[in-house]
Formats: sequence, structure tokens, C-alpha cells
Amino acid sequence: MHDERQTPRLVLRNISKRFQSVIANDQIGFSVGPGQVHALLGENGAGKSTLVKIIYGVLQADEGKIQWNGRDEVITSPHRARELGIGMVFQHFSLFEAMTVLENIALGIDNAPDLKELADRIVSVSRKYGLPLDPSREIHTLSVGERQRVEIVRCLLQNPKLLIMDEPTSVLTPQEVGRLFVTLRQLSDEGCSILYISHKLQEIKELCHHATVLRGGRVVGQCDPAVETARSMAQLMIGAELKQLVRRAGTITQEPRLIVSNLTLPTDHPFGVNLKGISFEVGAGEIFGIAGVAGNGQNELTEALAGEVVLRSPSTIRLDGKPIAQMNAEKRRMNGLCSVPEERAGHASVPEMTLAENTLLTARNRMGLAHQGFIQLREARSFAERIIEEFSVKASGPTATAATLSGGNLQKFIVGREVLQSPEVLIISQPTWGVDAAAAAAIHQALFKLAQSGTAIVVVSQDLDELLVVSDRLAVINRGTLSPALSTAEASIDQIGMLMGGVHGLEGDAGSSHNAG
Amino acid sequence: MQVKVEPRSETSRAVVYATPVLAVLLTVISGYFLFLFLGLAPAKTLYHFLISPTLTFYGWSELCVKAGPLVLIATGLAVGFRANVWNIGAEGQLTLGAIGAGGVALAFWDQSGVWILPLMCFAGVLGGMIYGAIPAYLKTRFEVSEILTSLMLTYVATLGLGILVYGPWRDPQGFNFPQTRMFTDSALLPLVLDGTRMHVGILVTLAAAVAAWVLMTRAVIGFQVKVVGQAPAAARFAGFSRNRTIWLSFMISGGTAGLAGTFEAAGPVGQLVPHLTPGYGFTAIIVAFLGRLHPLGIIAAGFLMAISYNGGEIAQVEDRLPQAATGVFQGMLLFYLLACDFLSRYRIRLASSRREVGPS
Repeated sequence: MHDERQTPRLVLRNISKRFQSVIANDQIGFSVGPGQVHALLGENGAGKSTLVKIIYGVLQADEGKIQWNGRDEVITSPHRARELGIGMVFQHFSLFEAMTVLENIALGIDNAPDLKELADRIVSVSRKYGLPLDPSREIHTLSVGERQRVEIVRCLLQNPKLLIMDEPTSVLTPQEVGRLFVTLRQLSDEGCSILYISHKLQEIKELCHHATVLRGGRVVGQCDPAVETARSMAQLMIGAELKQLVRRAGTITQEPRLIVSNLTLPTDHPFGVNLKGISFEVGAGEIFGIAGVAGNGQNELTEALAGEVVLRSPSTIRLDGKPIAQMNAEKRRMNGLCSVPEERAGHASVPEMTLAENTLLTARNRMGLAHQGFIQLREARSFAERIIEEFSVKASGPTATAATLSGGNLQKFIVGREVLQSPEVLIISQPTWGVDAAAAAAIHQALFKLAQSGTAIVVVSQDLDELLVVSDRLAVINRGTLSPALSTAEASIDQIGMLMGGVHGLEGDAGSSHNAG
Repeated sequence: MQVKVEPRSETSRAVVYATPVLAVLLTVISGYFLFLFLGLAPAKTLYHFLISPTLTFYGWSELCVKAGPLVLIATGLAVGFRANVWNIGAEGQLTLGAIGAGGVALAFWDQSGVWILPLMCFAGVLGGMIYGAIPAYLKTRFEVSEILTSLMLTYVATLGLGILVYGPWRDPQGFNFPQTRMFTDSALLPLVLDGTRMHVGILVTLAAAVAAWVLMTRAVIGFQVKVVGQAPAAARFAGFSRNRTIWLSFMISGGTAGLAGTFEAAGPVGQLVPHLTPGYGFTAIIVAFLGRLHPLGIIAAGFLMAISYNGGEIAQVEDRLPQAATGVFQGMLLFYLLACDFLSRYRIRLASSRREVGPS
């Protein structure tokens, strides 16, 4: 454990940062001791990312001071941050898919030694910290967990005194999370401070010595996660009492509404995932979860289910017995299958268009917003108004462009657009990704209500906690194949975690999965 | 020091509509110095270039004759440009339209009847569409850039027209000039006003502009075109086919270009000649963008370009301005328009060359 009386490694005083009219950071101050694992806790938009970008020199603060090992420092660039001994693992990796681990690391570090020496150092560092890596592997053959190791090893090669980790577990299986924590604790014992950004409270309780809670760009609390409950930290983070979700009574019929049988689809992207023999059934009123680590075929599967990719054999997907796999997205919608893609802006909506126009994307035929090839503007506008009202979307009105809405509000609008069409089947991908807690609760509640009315719902999510809350049964997708379905009530986290890892990524040594791809 | 280009956080609607005006102003100012450099009296030349064409009623009627094909072609092109389909080959589609219409006119040279003109229009539109179908097919089947194919096919079309008017379609009584017979009255467009060259094609053009406006603002097809252009993934999600939109764009823009070619051959020219137009198909691209891809804006921009053609001719006579000046003017206008558009969305900043972004 760290010692409070030592000179703090990092001290922030009154850090403020404005973007036009938005104050992203407002007089933020806290300190991180040597070897301390310090959690930075907050919802999306609380200012966490801006703050760590300032510490890592990507952004400059408008006001305030940064002290490093007791001395005032101006961190002008990431280069300077690395010189001081600050390393950062970003949430989104910056690796070249077609290059090897060694080449990627050589590109990403300052004053790289010659490749042979670097390869030796990679192997020794990765051994020391239990992060097995083969320097000669190409990135596209690695799992997401292994890619993260590349980023971590790249930081560790520079002997950091402070390691910043931005939402590191959002892409990992539970087993991988456990292994990451072992590494982080080892680093902490060696005196390396860790600034750990997350909104997952259980992890913070498990790992961190201290937590700083941000809300709306300000520090709203400091606490010791070990003594707080997850619920009390959540309320600090959200600033309101958490509403308990109302779970519906089980009214699932035996007759399946959606039947997917042996869906096989080779990808046409160089780094895409081939879908192999996917089969499942969803009954009326049932919420079926599909879990999995990102990049295991979720996008390919949701596009095939929604009809963005059309399949050859019509009976691969059947809705109430009717083969629909040969139909495009709109034809499937006309037959009762609606969908919500993962990406809000540019996929589920057109950012430059108004909300009224955005209703036309999916509701023009189902809701009579177009008649004989002509747009019924008044109907479109009133449908947009209905969504805004029933889903409490914060927007200036149906003529506001989608781009002016915050992520959570746009997501509520998009989910509302599909839910109000009362489809027979709803495919929804990452329903609450990057959405604040209140909006997430509203979306979950809407899904429950829809299921209660007899809709078969498929939820594809990387957030296992979310799936455990919403779904009746769930299956895990790994490298394009889907596991048998488990009843959520009976499934154990361990069991799901094993499935998420598949065979791949579970073994300790990196050389075990050369048959990848 | 290092030059950086940064996106601006927001671009106001007013700026979007102000940029064409600014571009015209900059072009006029540059023209002033260009004329000065050429040793001309700049104010007088500019007066001849920009004001003289608009001083008489006949001047306006001639502007209509020039603006007509520009507006008709630009209206069709604008539909495709909204969908990010870059048909640069309207000149070629225009030429094929003229060949189709001219072929009908020559085939029925010894006959008369009210059915000849509609048949010519049909053949003209069909010719433009067929010629637009080539880049559309190559794009949708093989992902070949339509910019290159449509542009290069223009030169093929011009050469094809040359073969016809130098060869089989040459006027037997034409003293070996490379031109066809003059069309008969049945194959010529009626005039709207006697004493001018304004023909009914101009009315058709106005109707086309209105139709395009309705299509783009009220019809699902117009919505489809815009979604495909702005957010291809959202279009797939909505069930709009990208390939069908590409075909639609080429059929509309090829068809309007073909119709414009028909109107030129059956209107002011009255026969087929090797160079039917002063590059209307290319100028229409400028017209479409100067008019913000909006039918009303396109009509205004069409007249501005017509002024540059007619004013260029007046200045050639009055001030002995080189013929190329018209092209230079139009080029400057497009250049300034693109520059103003770019600068309204991005700003340029000089920054010291230190590294600002790490491996993130």
C-alpha cells in the first residue's frame, strides 16, 4: 500500500477547461500518491476523458496547476508526459492491424532501440508482468484482450511512474479482467501509481485505494471504495436516487416468434468476422441477450438480422414462421422486424437531418409517414413529437437536427422510434452504450414494456451487467459462433466468462492460438 | 512553422448562402486585375462583360437561350451530387442526346408531322440515359470511379459525333462542311416569342426545375438520395439501395443532359455540328454548385453563367478580349466558390512544429 506522508506523485489544483460554452472541467483538484491505484469515477460526459487528456498533454488546461513529484510542470505534449514518466492506455487502441506487435510497439515509443533488442525487452517485460505476448504476431490475429496487452506493454517499456487507464475492462472477459488486476496490483506494489477511469463500481471496489467522483465537470466527492457500497457510489456519481427497474412477470409463450437457423455468412471485410452456423429462437415476450467481447461478429450478426445484409436462403431467418432472410431491411420492417444499430450518428440516424426527417428512415411505411411515394411532413412531425414526449427526449422540437441532441437523448429518440412502431421482433444493439444512467433506465424500462406486449427482443451488448439485468436467456458469441442459450437466472458469471473467452484468450501463453482466423 | 487545417465547430446557414455571393465578388475583383494586366481598361471591360448583356430585352432573351441548357443539365446533376454520385460527363450525355434527336430528325427529313419532335425528345433522353448507364454500370458492378469514366466518355462522344457529321450524316449539299442538313420545321422547336431565339425548351426547363424541387423536398426518392449522400450506413439501415440510387442519379442527369442536347440541336443550332455547345455540360457543374444544388439557386447561377458567355462575346468584339477569358472567368468562379466553401468549414492556422499528438 502507498504511504500518505510521501510526496504525492501527481497533484492537480483548480484545473479548468472550457470548450466554447461548455465547461468540461471546473476547478478540479486531487492528488495521487506513489503506488496508489486511484479511481476516477463518473458518468459519460462527467469530464473524465478531458481531465486525463490534460494530464497526458493531449489538451492544455485553461487554468490550474499540475505538480509532478512535488514540482510544478507544464505538460505541453504527450511526448513531454512520457518523458516525465506518465503512460496512458487509451480506450480505443491505436494499432496497425496488418503489422506485427513488435513493429507497432517500435512505432509508438520514443527513442526506440533496434528491433532485436526491443523484441527481447518486450518478452522480458511481458513475462515479468504476466502479459504474455509474441512480438512477431500480427495484430489482426490477436483478441481484443491481447491487443490491450500490446498497449500496456508499450507503456511499461518506458518505466512509467503513473499509468493512466481509460475504461480498460470494457472490452475484456471476466477472466481477462481478473488477470489485468493482478498485473495492476503488481505495478502498484512496485510504486507505480495508477489512475483508473471507470464507471464500473464493483471493479473499483475490488481494485482501487481511493476514488475521486466527478459529475458535470466538478469533483463531487472523494471516498474509500473499500468502505462505500456500490449503491452509494452510484448515487454520488449520478447525483440522484437510483430508480429500481420494474421487472415484468414472465409471460413468454412457447411458440417462437423469431427463429434463426444455421446462419452462415462469410465476411467481405479484410478484418471482419465470418458467421458460422448461428441458430437460436426467441419467443413472444422474451428478451434474448447476445453477449460477447467486441469484434467477435456482433456487427455482422446484427446486420444480417436487421436485413442490412441480405441472405441467400430465405428460411435462415423466420418471423412467425415466415421466411424473411432474403428481404432487405425495409421489407423485414414491413413484416414486423425493427432494429436499432449500435452506431447512433450516421447509422441509426442522419446527424444533419431533423428529427422529423429521421423518423422517415424506419417509420415511413409502417407508420404511414409516406403516401404513394410522397412524404407526409405533418405526420412525420407529429410522430417525432410523440417520440419526444413519450420518451422525454430533450430536444427543441421535431425540427431540431439529430446532431444537436446529446448521445443519451438521441439514443432515447432512436429507441423510441422503433418501440412506438410496436414491432413483432426488435433487434437492438448496444442499447445503452455511452448513455447516462437515467436514460439507460428509461431505455431498459421501454424494452420491458415492449416485451410485455408480446414482442420478441434480441439485445446484443458487450455490457454483461446489462444483459444480466434485461435478458431472460442469453447466449455468447465468440469468433462468429454462438453458444447454446443459457437461462439468465441459472447462468454463472464464470460460465459466461468462459464462453466469452472461447478457446481463444484463455490459455496463458500467446502462442496457443496460431490457428486464429 | 507548420500549416494546420482545423474544422470549425459550426457553420451557419447564412454563411452557406453567402459564399456564392462572396465568390462572385472575388471573381469580379480578380477579373479587374486580370484585365488591367492584359492592358485593357478594366472598368469598361467589366462593364461590357457583366452589364452589357442585361441592358436590352433581346439581351435577356439571349441569356435565356444560354441559361436554359445550363439550368436543365445542372438540375439533373444536382440530384446526383446530393447522393455523392459525381457525374462529370454531362457533356458526353448531351452529345449522345443530340445524336439521338438528330438521327430521328434526319431519318424523317422528308416527312412532316407533330410526332417528330416528341420522338426526337424521346430519342435524346434515351441517348443521354444510355450514355449515363455506362459509368453507372461500371460503378455498381466493378466499383470504378464514375468521375473518371464519365469524364473520359465525354471525349469519346465528341469524337463519335465528329465521325457522323464528317461522314455518313454530312449534308450532301453542304460543300463538304462538317455538318448535317438543316432540320425541317417539323424537327425544330417552336419559338416562344417571335424576334428572339427563345424556344419552348426553356419552358420545359422551368418545369424540370419545379419537378426537381418537388422531388427533392417532398418525394421519398429525394429523401433517399439525400440519405445515401449524407450517411451511407443509415441508407442501408433504411432499406435504400446505394446501387439503385447511383442508377437513378445517372438516369436523371443523363436524361436531362440528353434533353438539353436535343434542345440545342433542335433549337438555336438547327442541325448537328462537330461542336454543338461551348461546354454546357461542364459549365453546368459550376452552375449546380454555385446554386447550392437548389433549383432556385441553379436558375440564378444559370443566368450568371449565361452572362459570362454573352458578356465574353461582347467584350471580345468591343475590347478585343481573348476568347479564353470566358473560360478563365468561369474557372475562377468555381475556384473561389470551392475555396470559400472550404474556409467556411475549416480554418487555417499556423502552428509551431512541435509534436502535439502522441500515439493516440
